[in-house]
Amino acid sequence: MTPTPAEVCAAAIADAFADDGEIFASPMGLLPTLGARLAKLTSNPDLLISDGETVFLGGVPPLGASADVVEGWIPFRRVFDVVAWGRRHVMMGATQIDQHGNQNISAIGEFAQPKRMLLGSRGAPGNTINHRTSYWVPKHSPRVFVPQVDIVSGVGRARAEQAGAAATRFHDLHRIVSNLGVFDLQGPDGTLRLLSVHPGVTTDDVVEASGCPIYIEGDVPETRQPTMSELVLIREVLDPRSLRDREVPS
Amino acid sequence: MTGPRDKQMSLDDVVGELKDGMTIGIGGWGSRRKPMALVRAILRSDLRDLTIVSWGGPDVGLLARAGKVRKLVYAFVSLDSIPLEPNFQHARQSGGIPDVVELDEGMFLTGLRAAAQRVPFLPTRAGLGSDVLVNQPWLKTVTSPYDDGEELVAMPALNLDVALVHLNRADAHGNAAYLGPDPYFDDLFCMAADRAFLSCEQITDTAGLTVDTPVQRLLISRMMVDGVVETPNGAHFTSCVPDYDRDEPFQKAYAEAARDADAWAAFEARFLQGDEAAYQQAVTAFREEAAR
Repeated sequence: MTPTPAEVCAAAIADAFADDGEIFASPMGLLPTLGARLAKLTSNPDLLISDGETVFLGGVPPLGASADVVEGWIPFRRVFDVVAWGRRHVMMGATQIDQHGNQNISAIGEFAQPKRMLLGSRGAPGNTINHRTSYWVPKHSPRVFVPQVDIVSGVGRARAEQAGAAATRFHDLHRIVSNLGVFDLQGPDGTLRLLSVHPGVTTDDVVEASGCPIYIEGDVPETRQPTMSELVLIREVLDPRSLRDREVPS
Repeated sequence: MTGPRDKQMSLDDVVGELKDGMTIGIGGWGSRRKPMALVRAILRSDLRDLTIVSWGGPDVGLLARAGKVRKLVYAFVSLDSIPLEPNFQHARQSGGIPDVVELDEGMFLTGLRAAAQRVPFLPTRAGLGSDVLVNQPWLKTVTSPYDDGEELVAMPALNLDVALVHLNRADAHGNAAYLGPDPYFDDLFCMAADRAFLSCEQITDTAGLTVDTPVQRLLISRMMVDGVVETPNGAHFTSCVPDYDRDEPFQKAYAEAARDADAWAAFEARFLQGDEAAYQQAVTAFREEAAR
């Protein structure tokens, strides 16, 4: 049972939620959802997860399943209450991310007339300034890891510090997981630091696939392999249709 | 016997109450329970220079494509199952919306709350450090007068001339219930507006509103509403559960047509040239075609 790259990523994402305690885990997208549900079944059973729509799920259903025990109501208006309250850890995507952990999902190019309009800022400014935030990047490339994002949707450490104490008080960029490795923002001045490389990936691979500097100190360990029980949970319980392989091919 | 007044109107009556340059808040969320029949009625009108305030979905896409939007206030525009709204993208990338106010979602909500509470602003942490404040330099911060001295965003009230919302059930006076899982923010839109117009799947008598659903679903009270329109399938092609889900094949056809000028002209000719009854007939024909 050799773990696939997607399974390594799922376990690394699960680890990002491991020490969160009893808070609302808000994974955006497929692998983050798989990882958060894996964490709930292993390292952190106290996590609250939702159907991505309106209810807290009492159980831990497989990806794509909608029916389960409901343990609470979380319509959009109450999501914003939880954001401001802070008991939440979001893992968002990032069209661009830079050395300081600034993230862009708004648009590419000039704000006034973008080359490519994306979603808009969504909840990224409020998420990053209010509670723990992580990112998931399924295709690590110089187009994603850029020297400077075009528009700051998610706030990085330096930008938060410039904005004052109210902006840093709850600012907590936790992990960036990509298909190549795991990162945090504990490099010099709160910059990107490589924590581990996935099996089969070298630090040179990471540097080459990044358009911005990444702080690397000493020998970087390999990302841990999923355990046998994690593999069973991923393969048999959470993602029997292997949707994960569409996002991170083997 | 007297009672509260009857506020039933037609779609065109509502549009008759709107004026060029108005600030219009549109309820729902993304591609969910949008007052699409009212949006289509605006498309048929010669209204222009509108300021649209919306958790954006195809309402924004259609109005922007038709050149009705002078100013857009939004935090996102999405079709949900199709993440990027192509008509909105097209408008933004071609400079088709002259004035653009992009906010964080929480700031957007705070602005609606400020308007509903009739205060000039409310403080919020959301927005600090982000380019939302850089790209909207007129947005200001406020410093706490207490010992913490925190400097927060002073989110200005999003005051609306008019709110347009769509719910599942209403009575003729404007009391209304949502029957799906999420109220969205339709009550706040109504309270942020000088006048509010509500469309619904079905008008019942007042007693009928709570026959099959708990009183907590009565999101909107008649004191918030100026006009009521019965428009069955009036949120199409967005979702209006439990009455109906999003029409995914139709939304897909909409999004594909939006990516090409000729295809868009054909889509408009087929679906958007006639009145609401013609639209619903064309949608029925589209479904029958797809089922073949």
